[in-house]
Amino acid sequence: MNRYPLWKNLTVVIALVLGFIYTLPNFFGESPAVQVSSAKATLKVDDKTLSRTEQALKGATIEHAGIQLDSNGVKVRFQNTDTQLKAKDVLEKAFNPDPADPQYVVALNLLSASPNWLTSLRALPMYLGLDLRGGVHFLLQVDMKGALTKRLDSVGADLRSLMRDKNIRHAGISREGERLVIRFRESEVREKAKGVLADNQGDLAVTESGDGSDLKLTATLKPEAIKRLQEFALKQNIQTLHNRINELGVAEPVIQQQGADRIVVQLPGVQDTAKAKDILGRTATLEVRMVDETPGAIDAALAGNPPFGTELYTERGAQKLLVKKQVVLTGDRLTDAQSGFDNQTNEPAVHLTLDSAGARIFKDVTRENVGKRMAILLIEKGKGEVITAPVIRTEIGGGRVQISGKMTTTEANDVALLLRAGSLAAPMDIVEERTIGPSLGADNIKKGFQSTMWGFAAIAVFMIIYYQIFGVVSVLALAANLLFLIALLSLLQATLTLPGIAAIALTLGMAIDANVLINERVREELRIGMSPQMAITEGYERAFGTILDSNITTLIAGLALLIFGSGPVRGFAVVHCLGILTSIFSSVVVSRALVNLIYGGRKKLASLAIGQVWKPGIAAK
Amino acid sequence: MEFFRIKNDIPFMRHALKFNIISLVTFLLAVFFLGYKGLHLSVEFTGGTLIEVKYEQAAELDKIRGALSKGGYSDFAVQNFGSSQDVLIRLPLKGEQNNAQLGEKVMQAISADAPGAKLQRVEFVGPQVGKELAENGALALLLVIIGIVIYLAFRFEWRFSVSAIIANLHDVIIILGFFAAFQWEFSLSVLAAVLAVLGYSVNESVVVFDRVRETFKKVRGMSTPQVLDHAITSTISRTIITHGSTQLMVLSMLVFGGETLYYFALALTIGICFGIYSSVLVAAPLVMWLGVSREQFVAPKKTAVEGANEDGAVV
Repeated sequence: MNRYPLWKNLTVVIALVLGFIYTLPNFFGESPAVQVSSAKATLKVDDKTLSRTEQALKGATIEHAGIQLDSNGVKVRFQNTDTQLKAKDVLEKAFNPDPADPQYVVALNLLSASPNWLTSLRALPMYLGLDLRGGVHFLLQVDMKGALTKRLDSVGADLRSLMRDKNIRHAGISREGERLVIRFRESEVREKAKGVLADNQGDLAVTESGDGSDLKLTATLKPEAIKRLQEFALKQNIQTLHNRINELGVAEPVIQQQGADRIVVQLPGVQDTAKAKDILGRTATLEVRMVDETPGAIDAALAGNPPFGTELYTERGAQKLLVKKQVVLTGDRLTDAQSGFDNQTNEPAVHLTLDSAGARIFKDVTRENVGKRMAILLIEKGKGEVITAPVIRTEIGGGRVQISGKMTTTEANDVALLLRAGSLAAPMDIVEERTIGPSLGADNIKKGFQSTMWGFAAIAVFMIIYYQIFGVVSVLALAANLLFLIALLSLLQATLTLPGIAAIALTLGMAIDANVLINERVREELRIGMSPQMAITEGYERAFGTILDSNITTLIAGLALLIFGSGPVRGFAVVHCLGILTSIFSSVVVSRALVNLIYGGRKKLASLAIGQVWKPGIAAK
Repeated sequence: MEFFRIKNDIPFMRHALKFNIISLVTFLLAVFFLGYKGLHLSVEFTGGTLIEVKYEQAAELDKIRGALSKGGYSDFAVQNFGSSQDVLIRLPLKGEQNNAQLGEKVMQAISADAPGAKLQRVEFVGPQVGKELAENGALALLLVIIGIVIYLAFRFEWRFSVSAIIANLHDVIIILGFFAAFQWEFSLSVLAAVLAVLGYSVNESVVVFDRVRETFKKVRGMSTPQVLDHAITSTISRTIITHGSTQLMVLSMLVFGGETLYYFALALTIGICFGIYSSVLVAAPLVMWLGVSREQFVAPKKTAVEGANEDGAVV
């Protein structure tokens, strides 16, 4: 008798039902949609945005096929891409009346067209990788060494002013590689300096060296300070990237940290890769310069011949300004920029914090130029723009600067954001790029699907002819394996790539091994004269050990790929490993349940339909 | 239907030496090609830029080449990719050209002389990333080898794990040898295929070894070569059918999968063929040379029943 206990049968049935439900969303395809999300951190997308979207669409008599609000923003579905495009234009106009200053990101998107009851069960379709849906992938490397030397330079400047404030006579402070070296002539002075450093610069590790009149203190950043610096640099860069990508209007951008110093950016569905790269690759620097207010100079400049040592720039809002070429301060000296309010007048304001060297320069400059205007420029890709050009009212010391007057709260926010972006913590390089056109993506899906389908069909035909009923069982088990695998991938919201599809195909090709092992074993047991029922029991039991061993070795290879693989290999490895796990269950448990169902209940079973079992005249040993 | 009607065990082990010599020769050939020609590594490993464009009609490669030379590029490769309309352009890493804007610049250069190209795909890999990928690939290979050796030593015996890993490394080297000899492009997905083959063909050896162990435990009085012959013969049917099925799937990828999956499937095909050969005809003889015997599997305390004949039967 070969019967599974009820719980085992139930497990199989439940697994199949769940597998079916979670695979289902992949068959509904996707419907065109428009997504409205916030372009600014201060702006929240809520029910009001939802009703505003609805009204805008109603006003333009565009019918939609569903509207929803989630953490990403408002998403509206449409029947076809024509209405989608029309709706995008309408919404763009409604939400961003001033194209130069977008408040919202209005982006085209694709949403799963699966019915709501499935979505509410968290049954979502697999997430398609860039190679299947088209888009851009960038890997950016943050120049940590650059960040470190920048930081050391500014610490060096801090030390100089610290020594002067404390009246310590040193013989020079210089940066040598990743160390700061301070020279002294007398050892008492060095002792004093050491004490001052310990009190004021907690991030530095200080060692003594040298003798006679050439005494040195060597300061390096403590490892935890370096770590903090790197984390800050990475975070700052990710934040900057977020802000820049918002300009692109991408529905589901991925911006993630990878390893200690890399950032992955994925922009699915982006067509204009040149623009994307342009915006991402921007290196913005900040400069503070004085405005040339000599009477008549601006007119001469507008006429085409600016006075020597000046340049013409446009202030945000189109007003022309004549700015001196000499740079007073650069963004390196800026440590923070926040929007807020003036303490006395309650006007919106931007608060800047400068490091100590910057503070000293700023103090000198403001003292000498009271009543004049200074310009803060953001230089991006060689082109400069004046962010703001305030009038200097008094001498400003202490490194805390406030810019206020004639600003709205949003303008203050923007200026602060631009200032922060201009002081990018560390430079970045694109070290890897992958751009896939959308038609290539669709082509890849088709090819991947076809190879899996034909391969599966060929295996199915062969198995059924060769093993008859047991072949049918094997094919059903293999189909169940495919079902489980896709359900699992959908459930985990894993990203499906072309190598992933290849892994599905390969996993199916390998998974049949387990059933072949079982079927051959059952035949063998029949050959040595066992009764059909016994042959099933023995065949399954004996094959199991072998199946386990062989799958574990394959799994080892899969795990190694998962650990060391990157990009396309990782997608392959994930599917491969999951496939091995599902195949053990389906080929052993599911197929046994089916065999039990077909043969298990029959008491007088004369033969099994497992194809011809050939018995040699003289049994082989 | 049954393909394999084998009356007696096939005396594989009698020819063990011959097979091992064949293996050695193939192996040395593969090593020779690897050393002499080297692998044609893809952009992913070497760093560089890859641009795929599509034309409405058949592309004129010469015009594209001309346009590129005019644009000041050198050492580039232009070839058809899958069809006459698809063109793949490869540019090596070079100081000046080593930037991420290359894709657009190349498109501009081409569109002057050979207009109508549609940009399908751009891949740019910096030198650092390429180096890391190669290192990680090597590490993954090492990890797979160590993992499998440990698992097999634990589950079977060190002799099995050593012979399995030698047999399968021999497969890997031969696949690499093919890629070197024909200068097929060795990409990340081929590396994935190679590692998958490693796991897969060890699996093959495991099935044979499993049977060897079982035969040693159950049947007495057979010499070691006989046991190995019996194990191979009784699993040969499953071996051929399993690999045939896997190969059907791989063949389907080879035919329908397009250029991207082509070399992946090709590596798997070679891997599967040599996987069968090596686990049956390399791993098994190696186990024999390493001196496997019954004593290693039968628990020592179970002494034979008194008066039993040499088959262990007792009445």
